[in-house]
Amino acid sequence: MIEFKNFGFKYNAQVDYTLRDINLKINPGEKVLIAGPSGCGKSTLIHCLNGLIPFALEGEREGTLKVDGKDTWDMSIFELSKKVGTVLQDQDSQFIGLTVAEDLAFALENDAVEEPELHDRVAEISEVVNINTHLLHSPQELSGGQKQRVSLGGVLIEDVDVLLFDEPLANLDPETGKKAIELIDEIHKKTGDTVIIVEHRLEDVLWRPVDRIILMEKGRITADTTPDELLSTEVLKRAGVREPLYVTALKYAGVEITPEMKASSLDTIILTDEQKQKVRDWFKAGPLAEKKSDEEEILTVRDLNFTYRSDRSDAEDHQALIDVDFDLYKGEMMAIVGRNGAGKSTFSKVVCGFEMPDTGTMIMDGMDLSTLSIKERADHIGYIMQNPNQMISKTMIFDEVAMGLRNRGGITEEKITERVNHTLQICGLWPFRNWPISALSYGQKKRVTIAAIMSMEPEIMILDEPTAGQDYRHYTEIMEFLKELNERGTTVVLITHDMHLMLEYAERSVVFSDGRIIACDTAANILTNDDIIKRASLKETSLYGLAKLCGIDEGQEFVSRFIRYERGNERHAEPL
Amino acid sequence: MQNLFNYISRKSPIHELTGATKLVCLLLWTFAVMITYDTRILIALPVIAFILFGISKIKLSDVKFMIGFTLVFMVLNNILVFLFSPEHGVGLYGTCHQLLPLWGGKYLTAEQLWYHLNLVLKYLSSIPVILLFVCTTQPSEFAASLNKIGVKYSVAYSVSLALRYIPDIQKEYNDISKAQQARGIEMSRKVSLVKRLKSASTILIPLIIMSMDKIETISNAMELRGFGKNKKRTWYMARPFTKRDILSMVFCALLLALSIWSNVSRGTRFWSPWM
Amino acid sequence: MKNNAVKSIVAIGIGAALFFVCGRFIAIPCPIPNVTINIQYGVLAFMSAAFGPIVGLLIGLIGHALIDFSWGWGVWWSWVFSSAIFGFVMGCTKKLYGLNDGEFGTKQIVRFNVSQLIGHIIAWGIAAPALDILIYAEPASKVFLQGIVAGVSNIVTTAIVGTILCVAYAAARPKKGSLKEE
Repeated sequence: MIEFKNFGFKYNAQVDYTLRDINLKINPGEKVLIAGPSGCGKSTLIHCLNGLIPFALEGEREGTLKVDGKDTWDMSIFELSKKVGTVLQDQDSQFIGLTVAEDLAFALENDAVEEPELHDRVAEISEVVNINTHLLHSPQELSGGQKQRVSLGGVLIEDVDVLLFDEPLANLDPETGKKAIELIDEIHKKTGDTVIIVEHRLEDVLWRPVDRIILMEKGRITADTTPDELLSTEVLKRAGVREPLYVTALKYAGVEITPEMKASSLDTIILTDEQKQKVRDWFKAGPLAEKKSDEEEILTVRDLNFTYRSDRSDAEDHQALIDVDFDLYKGEMMAIVGRNGAGKSTFSKVVCGFEMPDTGTMIMDGMDLSTLSIKERADHIGYIMQNPNQMISKTMIFDEVAMGLRNRGGITEEKITERVNHTLQICGLWPFRNWPISALSYGQKKRVTIAAIMSMEPEIMILDEPTAGQDYRHYTEIMEFLKELNERGTTVVLITHDMHLMLEYAERSVVFSDGRIIACDTAANILTNDDIIKRASLKETSLYGLAKLCGIDEGQEFVSRFIRYERGNERHAEPL
Repeated sequence: MQNLFNYISRKSPIHELTGATKLVCLLLWTFAVMITYDTRILIALPVIAFILFGISKIKLSDVKFMIGFTLVFMVLNNILVFLFSPEHGVGLYGTCHQLLPLWGGKYLTAEQLWYHLNLVLKYLSSIPVILLFVCTTQPSEFAASLNKIGVKYSVAYSVSLALRYIPDIQKEYNDISKAQQARGIEMSRKVSLVKRLKSASTILIPLIIMSMDKIETISNAMELRGFGKNKKRTWYMARPFTKRDILSMVFCALLLALSIWSNVSRGTRFWSPWM
Repeated sequence: MKNNAVKSIVAIGIGAALFFVCGRFIAIPCPIPNVTINIQYGVLAFMSAAFGPIVGLLIGLIGHALIDFSWGWGVWWSWVFSSAIFGFVMGCTKKLYGLNDGEFGTKQIVRFNVSQLIGHIIAWGIAAPALDILIYAEPASKVFLQGIVAGVSNIVTTAIVGTILCVAYAAARPKKGSLKEE
């Protein structure tokens, strides 16, 4: 049993307490979801539970935290790790072994477990997490979902009583995320372990039932109740955690959610005929979608093929793009979706000139891109990497944003200053212009990297997973900012796993699967098409399910109605 | 990516030896080659090495790239030695048989040629066994082997971690480098050397800062799974020694002993027909 | 309570991987043919200054040995040891900087570069040629010239790459006690 009593914690490097007044009991065998926006203290809570606090991260505490009746401050991290197993968010850091088998064996190796037990246990666990056919594979040969199964296996092998999952969905495509939640549920039932999931993607976690949701805000617990109960309140919205889309839709339609409705899943929800009628009425009350006309192509790609050549005789070449035809319209905001390795990132790398295609043409505004170097293409197409830390190489914001212009040569410093200042103003970074970058938050750093590309004034911007790992507030902040840039005339392409993003922000979505484009349509149409969903590992939106439940046949139309309503109703962009 | 070090999976007696055995043999063999200039031994070693190569079922075509590199290196090194010290052999062997006059009153001597022959033989003695080791030892087994021959397990695990994260860091570097080139970072001959180094740093900064974060996360992950708990740890990839392993190690130890004995008994590392 | 040993082990592993990638895959064209620009020494100097002598020594040793192994030309032990020696010397000066506290101004830059100068002279001016003569019986004039060429090139590289990395890393560190939630 886990018991926090009047618990608080302050890191040595910080002035304020990160956790305060935590009173929480988690019983053996419970399955609990801890939700809350970034900075609410949920990671700190996890670190307290698995012993990284106080073992590796030092600070002051108040109150007590006991695991199985013993104060964790009196235990070593090794003692605690026998009881509590953690699956970290960063899969590549958790996967330490050179192969799957070695990583599964890691904890046992450290316990100096001898043969043949070592091999037997690995064989056994690899079957539990269904990775037994890949035992000798290296982490580089595995997909995100497979890596996560290995992480889980590596923790299960120790026979722990508590399983902690830190944002298990952050790096997974929707289908794989669904599978992960199913696997966690299966293991929970099989082992009877206590399961604690920390995640802000509520709807995805609720794909399988949880006993309780603990909501955290600003270092305190603000709700601790069943999912059905929680969804009938407005606290999630206030905390900046996104409720399931169907719940939002019901609320828009004027349906009042009560705990008795069992709204935590579409499978359990009970709607009266009257409530269903309300949804239908709301659907019909909205205007029909207007069709966009006279679209002008800015980028045309034809017959694009690309192969990763292996320089080894025993490894095979891998054709990553096959006969890709692609049109991008001036001023649009487009999403590129598909599972990991489907070709979306490769495609953008080829377009930006990072990789050379085997065949195919790429024409932008009448220019043949293949005649331009990386640097020349960057004048027209900007590429922004997923993690801002991958791009930042200057200490001061101004220098970072000016770097591209300075390297271009032939522009006076005066001109550069003018242009950088203008960009900083547009990007909302003007007040911080004299700050060191290290003082910025993640979202602000992301803005800096976008500004650094913006200053070079490209007509098209391609962003790789712009919102990965971000909570709802940061997600909205980044996306509204991009929307603004888009409205100023920049064509924006978003590579993403996020179905919400695609629904809410992309006018069109292109779906990649095994190196080919298999669909190009509005998100509402794609996310209601079973065949495409399956082939591209996407996930049907729950709005579609709700429409079916309420007897609305025009599922796609219902989805777009919801999006239009939401956009018209509220633009929850908050200033920094 | 397992293949960075060119491991080639085949069935052969050499493959079946444990990694630790191969590592011990490699070290013994290398030391035997390193300490002696006894030409008789240096002729015998490549012969044995090529026989082993045959047994291992590794084909020359598998390693032609690496051999090509090494041969170029060998030729360059010989040329350098010759240019700098064309009468080096005379000093080493203590005799002088002039063949042809060279520059500056120096002569091409039989001793010099003999010295170069020995240098080449040294390469020929060591290249095959190193290739053999690299091609027949799974990288995974390498760390376990280090620990088995007495290297502290923490250091052995560092090697394993390096092998684990090289492909990740390489990919990360490529991605960052391309994105920075798009922002006008130039590393080609078009700009001055100092500028090139500064450009390289611009790419390295994000890589280093992310790596420092990574060090933090990985060490947390390792501690959470009990690394460093005990004085000893076991290895999934370790295998027990067989009779063949012991025999191989004894054989290589004898080679080293022979090499030492040759030096000690004659009081010199060098051997020539004129001595 | 904090166990720095594990962190050091990981630093060695990641450091050796960085050293390897820089030395093996990053080609910087150089005006003199067949002389390579070894930017890995900039990285090694930085890592040693951040983590100390043992970590520096092992990064140099493991990283360089792995590079040699991967080329297949045999491990050139004399030079591998010299890389390790350079890492060790740089690591010994760790206390002069306070890199992890985010300090790296002019004073530290001067100290860093004096240290790296000494380190490279010991490694390439003394250790590498001496070991070459001892192990491989090569002519002294040749190995000293090789050592000097390598040493000068490494000193220049470290002065630029190493210094820039230290300054950037220190600037990216949160300053002690200054973190306040916004």
